[in-house]
Amino acid sequence: MSHSHEKVETNVGLMAVLIAVAVSIGGLAEIVPLMHQAEAITPLPGVKPYPALELAGRDVYIREGCYNCHSQMVRTLRFETERYGHYSLAGESVYDHPFQWGSKRTGPDLARVGAKYSDDWHVTHLTNPRAIVPQSVMPGYPFLARTEVDPDAIADHMRTLRTVGVPYTDDQIANAAADMKAQADPDNAGTDAFTKRYAKAVVRNFDGKPGTPTEMDALIAYLQMLGTLVDFKLYNEKANLR
Amino acid sequence: MQTQPETYNDKLVRQFTAMTVVWGIVGMAVGVFIAAQLYWPALNFDIPWLSYGRIRPLHTNAVIFAFGGCALFATSYHVVQRTCHVRLAFDKLAAFTFWGWQAVIVAAAVTLPLGYTQGKEYAELEWPIDILIAVVWVSYAIVFFGTIVKRRVKHIYVANWFYGAFIITVALLHIVNNLSIPAGWGKSYSVYSGAVDAMAQWWYGHNAVGFFLTAGFLGMMYYFVPKQANRPVYSYRLSIVHFWALIAVYMWAGPHHLQYTALPDWAQSLGMVFSLVLLAPSWGGAINGIMTLSGAWDKLRTDPILKFLIVAVSFYMIATFEGPMMSIKTVNSLSHYTDWTVGHVHAGALGWVAMISVGAVYSMLPRLLGQERMYSVKAIDLHFWLHTVGVVFYIVSMWIAGVMQGLMWRATNPDGTLTYSFVEALNATYPYYLGRLAGGVIVLAGMFVMAWNVIRTWQQARDLVPTPVMPPDAASAHA
Repeated sequence: MSHSHEKVETNVGLMAVLIAVAVSIGGLAEIVPLMHQAEAITPLPGVKPYPALELAGRDVYIREGCYNCHSQMVRTLRFETERYGHYSLAGESVYDHPFQWGSKRTGPDLARVGAKYSDDWHVTHLTNPRAIVPQSVMPGYPFLARTEVDPDAIADHMRTLRTVGVPYTDDQIANAAADMKAQADPDNAGTDAFTKRYAKAVVRNFDGKPGTPTEMDALIAYLQMLGTLVDFKLYNEKANLR
Repeated sequence: MQTQPETYNDKLVRQFTAMTVVWGIVGMAVGVFIAAQLYWPALNFDIPWLSYGRIRPLHTNAVIFAFGGCALFATSYHVVQRTCHVRLAFDKLAAFTFWGWQAVIVAAAVTLPLGYTQGKEYAELEWPIDILIAVVWVSYAIVFFGTIVKRRVKHIYVANWFYGAFIITVALLHIVNNLSIPAGWGKSYSVYSGAVDAMAQWWYGHNAVGFFLTAGFLGMMYYFVPKQANRPVYSYRLSIVHFWALIAVYMWAGPHHLQYTALPDWAQSLGMVFSLVLLAPSWGGAINGIMTLSGAWDKLRTDPILKFLIVAVSFYMIATFEGPMMSIKTVNSLSHYTDWTVGHVHAGALGWVAMISVGAVYSMLPRLLGQERMYSVKAIDLHFWLHTVGVVFYIVSMWIAGVMQGLMWRATNPDGTLTYSFVEALNATYPYYLGRLAGGVIVLAGMFVMAWNVIRTWQQARDLVPTPVMPPDAASAHA
């Protein structure tokens, strides 16, 4: 064997090619099949592209690095579903570029945090986490309430997401800036048009303040949506009896 | 007319070595700061660019790519010249890899606190920086392999196999995982989504550990352990077997980061099986390194550099035993998402990566500066003990914290309800966060001792004369 290896260790080109082959197989075998496996790439009923405001909130979530301490992935373990709700399914995150499943829980999982707490709770908690949970180690984010979301950037973001496979319609992209304002303001004239474009989206003044939507509005809109898109009561367990 | 003898390009190696120490201190100081934030959250100051979520990626990027990266550049350039008996290829391109890599690091240090991120762990840097990384990395490959091509010996030394595999694979990982479509200069969206993105990310993330933080540093081990012990590598045959097994098997182990998640089961199982198999080639390499000391064990008494190198390999054995165990689904159900994982990573990063790098720098730097040894050998010994004690403090704190969190999260009452709220487990972790912080401070203190020693050694080196390339033995030279 040592003898036959002589060929490899005296020929740098051959060695480089063999290394490239050896390290390519694992990824090809594990990533490529997933791209064709229905379970991994098919959205579940109810999972739709995020409305402009929620997408802006997701951008804030990514920018602030929330994934460093919060997962969005309830595992298939009893104590997990007991604490957080139904375990997460791949079909819930097919429009998530990038995924935000996370790897560490310094804080709790957020996959199903939507509708668990009131908007007020979130405003107070994000502004000063220790006002609600004295033992919390989470940073405060009071600056979100002072920062308006940029309504002009969001259409570009949606267009970019469409190129990577998120099925935004022309209508949704054209009205992105208006939809953003409409979702954060129930009295807005565009609210009806917005709810037509996004059937189940929630319209509320998330940060409780009048005026242009802030990053606080956007982030809370996103958090309040998490885990609410799929109606697990619709799951028919008998359908799978064999 | 007499031609000038060819000399080694030691200037470049010195530059990377100096920055290894600088970025080591910066990266670990940021680590100490975020560890403090987890004990005193007021240290976030409600300031966006100081908040934990933005600067934890700064810490990971700084220690992996700035500290670890500079150590890898420095040692690979040193080792490839000495083992090929030739000057580093392409002087200008080689110099570009230094300035290009420093530009990447500075760009990272500015953009990450400002919130420019792709939101993928260890791949946070946005697309313009990613392109610069790719350009620097391809230049690195050209310089490294170009040097091997013009070598004056027939065989390619084993350390260079590992450095070569590290360079090729990191290029592949970086490009595939960072594929994204820009939405402006500081924003992009990954081409992958959901479960596919998770798989691509942890294929990348795990092999960033496997190649950036393992294969490259094994290259370091294969040069500096035999050199410092003045003994040949223990087993040539073992190095062949474990090299090919290690690089092929590592690439399959990524899904162990996604046990019990929505990743399809077959992928989770593959990840677990290959992670368990990985124990064999990992320990194969470690045994090859440690047994190189056969007949020279007494040197551990007198040579603190050798202590750094051998304890590094011991931590490598601990971490590569622990890793496969944590990939077992039953164990993973307890350890995942907890601070146990953080402890595991630091056994690898502070124990293995940092200690082998520090040992290599202490071994290499005097030679680069025309000195017999470092300014103070006693200070090396002091650094060794500070570092070792600090690492042990750190990982023991995180082990206890992690296992405790895992047990509290899963504890149920007789009626099936959960015993503890989430925040009760966090509250119980506080003392261990303080213990971890103490460990980090001790390690950082050791790094300052190193910086002092490096500066004093540098001050002794007045006139640096370029070292001529040493001709190879007649027997091993090209026919």
